[in-house]
Amino acid sequence: MKIDFEHRQSAHCESGVTSNLLREASKGKITEPLAFGIGAGLFYVYIPFIKINNGPAIAFRTMPGWIFKRTCRSLGIPVMRKKFSSKESAEAFLMERLNAGQPVGCQVGVYYLSYFPKEYRFHFNAHNLIVYGKEGDNYLISDPIMETPTTLTSYELERVRFAKGALAPKGQVYYTKYAGEISDERIREAIKSGIKRTVLNMITLPGPFTGVNGIKYTGNKIKNWRDKLGMDKAKLYLAQLVRMQEEIGTGGGGFRYIYAAFLQEAHAYLPQDDLLEISKLFTEAGDKWRTAAVHAAGIYKGRLGSQEDFNTMGNYLLEIAELEKKAFIALKNIKWRT
Amino acid sequence: MKKENVPQDLSALGKLTKEVCYATDESGNYVTQLSDGWDIKISALDVAWDDIKERVAKARQQVLNGQASPILFFMEHRLMDLKLLADYTGFWQWQIKRHVKPEVFNTLSEKKLQKYAEAFNTSIADLKTLTVHEN
Repeated sequence: MKIDFEHRQSAHCESGVTSNLLREASKGKITEPLAFGIGAGLFYVYIPFIKINNGPAIAFRTMPGWIFKRTCRSLGIPVMRKKFSSKESAEAFLMERLNAGQPVGCQVGVYYLSYFPKEYRFHFNAHNLIVYGKEGDNYLISDPIMETPTTLTSYELERVRFAKGALAPKGQVYYTKYAGEISDERIREAIKSGIKRTVLNMITLPGPFTGVNGIKYTGNKIKNWRDKLGMDKAKLYLAQLVRMQEEIGTGGGGFRYIYAAFLQEAHAYLPQDDLLEISKLFTEAGDKWRTAAVHAAGIYKGRLGSQEDFNTMGNYLLEIAELEKKAFIALKNIKWRT
Repeated sequence: MKKENVPQDLSALGKLTKEVCYATDESGNYVTQLSDGWDIKISALDVAWDDIKERVAKARQQVLNGQASPILFFMEHRLMDLKLLADYTGFWQWQIKRHVKPEVFNTLSEKKLQKYAEAFNTSIADLKTLTVHEN
């Protein structure tokens, strides 16, 4: 059984899944950048005292599931979401939805995801894909990271749906059924509320660890890494920062390019030129993140390594924090004309 | 980033699928562009894996020296920590710590060994002999 479903590749898994699940209802209007912006996907947090894979815990995005939830809520679309305690009921529910012709979004762990190359398999549980059918024992999978649709056997799918550890998916599925029209007016309001939410996350939230404050905090931390951790560990930490920032699913520059694309698309709905100007600031920020990554690579490849090099690395992040603060304040101060 | 600057350095992922990148065209508008991978990312991943390989090799040596049980080796091999292994097996962390001692490991029942074998996606025989397969 195969549901008529068009696979489309995206840069980031959850905004891609959101956009793909909403394609029919929105007639293709909710693109990946719009889903990412409306769902307020952009975030930054440095979580102190916690280690992930023996390195610093840094995230460039919101909690898994929130992009889908916020995008649908802002657009006034009801969301169905379910977790399971038993593997049998999780599969039965999935089959029932598929038989009813409903493509279903699934949160999965990456470690046992068989079609991923081994090098990319870590215990990371916030990956998203869409199941759109079953042939024999194979589920038909649309993974937005992959160029083409793929398959998983029922055992393989069960294994990744019930991956364990932080953010364990617990078989979580989500989907939406919406027959109504999504008006441009609704999208306009959703864009505004997405921007408001991101501004809140990045500059209004108090405390040193989140948003632009978190970037600044990380920058200052990096300057001490060489002395505090020793060269070997400092290299590992920097490599981890770069992986979180650039690895599959961030679209590069820690999501800045997707956000810049979102602001351009937002301009089509809300033709105010400040959006285009601010979009350029985010492109600049994305470029800076990547310049910083190149510098970090110099250190973890062993070409650079003096304290001066670590200071430069830290200063890159301080500059980025300043630049993004400017950009978010400008976003906050936009006077909407419509 | 401009479209023509999207890096095309073949990575492990690039052999299977290209990645979507957002980049600007001649007039500054965002478009998507496929990328084979980026050298900077590839070496970041290499750094992570070199560290893992080192930890695995160290764990293997500890097991061979009789200082630890194969559970330690497979934990490192499967990139697991105590908490994660506890989640997968249903044992308490202190139990696992005990099972890492070779003398305790040798007394484990088939049933308990099976739980570990499942968590590590291997068989009891392979678990005991430190044999690893792809996947």
